[in-house]
Amino acid sequence: MNSPLVAEKTAVNFIMLKVLAALLPAIAAYVYFFGPAILVSIALASVTALASEAAVLHLRHYPLRVYLTDGSALVTAWLLALSIPPLAPWWLIVVGTLFAILVAKHLYGGLGNNLFNPAMVGFAALMISFPSHMTHWTAPDVLAHSHWSFAQQMDFMFGGISPADSKLDAVTMATPLDTLKTQLHLERTVAEIQSSPIFSTLSGKGTEIIALLYLLGGLFLWQQRIISWHIPASFLAAMFGLAGLFYLYDPVHYASPLFHLFAGGTMLGAFFIATDYVTSPTTPLGKLIFGAGIGVCAYVIRVLGGYPDGIAFAVLFLNSAVPLIDAYTQPRVFGHAGKWFNGRKE
Amino acid sequence: MSTVNYKEIVWNGLWKNNAGIVALLGLCPLLAVSTSVVNGVGLGIATIMVMTCSNAIVSLVRQWVPGEIRIPVYILIIAVLVTVIDLAMNAYVQALYLVLGIFVPLIVVNCNVLGRAEAFASKNPVFPAMVDGFMVGLGLTLILAVLGGMREILGKGTLLSGIDLAFGASAKAWVITVIPDYHGFLLAILPPGAFIGLGLLIAGKNWLDQRQRAKPQPLHVPEASAMTA
Repeated sequence: MNSPLVAEKTAVNFIMLKVLAALLPAIAAYVYFFGPAILVSIALASVTALASEAAVLHLRHYPLRVYLTDGSALVTAWLLALSIPPLAPWWLIVVGTLFAILVAKHLYGGLGNNLFNPAMVGFAALMISFPSHMTHWTAPDVLAHSHWSFAQQMDFMFGGISPADSKLDAVTMATPLDTLKTQLHLERTVAEIQSSPIFSTLSGKGTEIIALLYLLGGLFLWQQRIISWHIPASFLAAMFGLAGLFYLYDPVHYASPLFHLFAGGTMLGAFFIATDYVTSPTTPLGKLIFGAGIGVCAYVIRVLGGYPDGIAFAVLFLNSAVPLIDAYTQPRVFGHAGKWFNGRKE
Repeated sequence: MSTVNYKEIVWNGLWKNNAGIVALLGLCPLLAVSTSVVNGVGLGIATIMVMTCSNAIVSLVRQWVPGEIRIPVYILIIAVLVTVIDLAMNAYVQALYLVLGIFVPLIVVNCNVLGRAEAFASKNPVFPAMVDGFMVGLGLTLILAVLGGMREILGKGTLLSGIDLAFGASAKAWVITVIPDYHGFLLAILPPGAFIGLGLLIAGKNWLDQRQRAKPQPLHVPEASAMTA
């Protein structure tokens, strides 16, 4: 993109800092709508990630300062913390982060060698192992039946103690996607379900603003040329297109495509998770295929599968296809006949 | 062939050519059954019995089996033995038999059993063949026990759960609760836990070997060529 003569500062830590900065507006909105517990989750995940990263780097005799300050562990920690319920017990986020850093990242060889997105591996491990903890999402403050003070939230996260007069169920509720799924099984129409107060113009109350701010942060990253447009655009277009087809076919039983774009983890996934350099294809065409594949898989899992949201599983699934996508979309090298992987046989 | 080195048979079966973490044979039952120590050891003992007997019989008939049809003959011998074990387990430890399910009859096609019959028993006298079958089976059982223990502790927070399946209801008291009030890391019990656990065991073995090799070994005498074909 730039002329090769213009030196540009593109160290890994610079990129990662911008990614973290792009997440800040959405985190601010998160705090506004769901309370400050998310900040504790993020801090806990960051400390765990840095500590485990440092431990592994030490074991592998890598220079600590260079690799620890590259920020990649922090990005993993933040993405994971933003993907799991903010009032989750402390050990949940610690186990998830440890799994992400130790198993998904370093067992595969560390930054640059991991096949799967570490944050999503951590998420999937938690989702499979502790499904009930992973579905207790905090209700937006305006809708919750009772309100916990920050101290009460901390008591719950670190001691498992909920206040005497209210249970965890009083401050949590199903997410819009989850509600939609369970209510549709009860033979209700989408319009009826969406008249419930947790829904709003775009998706859910509060969550739609956060999703919009993820979109904004993503556009900032694109403007800064940290990410290219290919993956988010094809991801969102594929999901919009598929959801649109189903919506046109039967608007009574399928939510509108706009709802799907702003519900669940779509925006976070499209701009921050799927665009991870290490685990996405390198060629523009490959990126388009990759993004579209995630969009389609996520929609299918979300609507037809057993889980309320499917971003994580779709990303992991397409991660495993990246080597193949890369092999098939490699441009022909000038002066060589055929594709790259044919030419390599000689 | 004239002098059989039992030390080497034992060393090969238990460590150097371990069926579970070096030869990587018979991984399907290894991964599927090692959800707890009891399940793992249960299948392991059944495999030991089959392997000891099959190696003995194959070694007995090795002079008379024509080379062209040796594999079907070995499989028939193994199938007979597995049927015996299968019926015996069904009769005496039925609860455990029901938990292990299809993996007991599947010992017939466990490549460790056929592998040792082909590679060792068909070329060696009866007693060494039996020792070899027993040791390879024991090596596999050890891996099943360790992997089962790892997955059980991580996944359920207990050790020896389900021991009552083998020893009756009174054995329930033997179950050790390693981590009380544990939420259960389900992933360890599910298939990914088996793959990750086995990978860690292989890495651990390689690490131990590497450390051993790094040490100066003044009295190292290269042993006779490995018994494996």
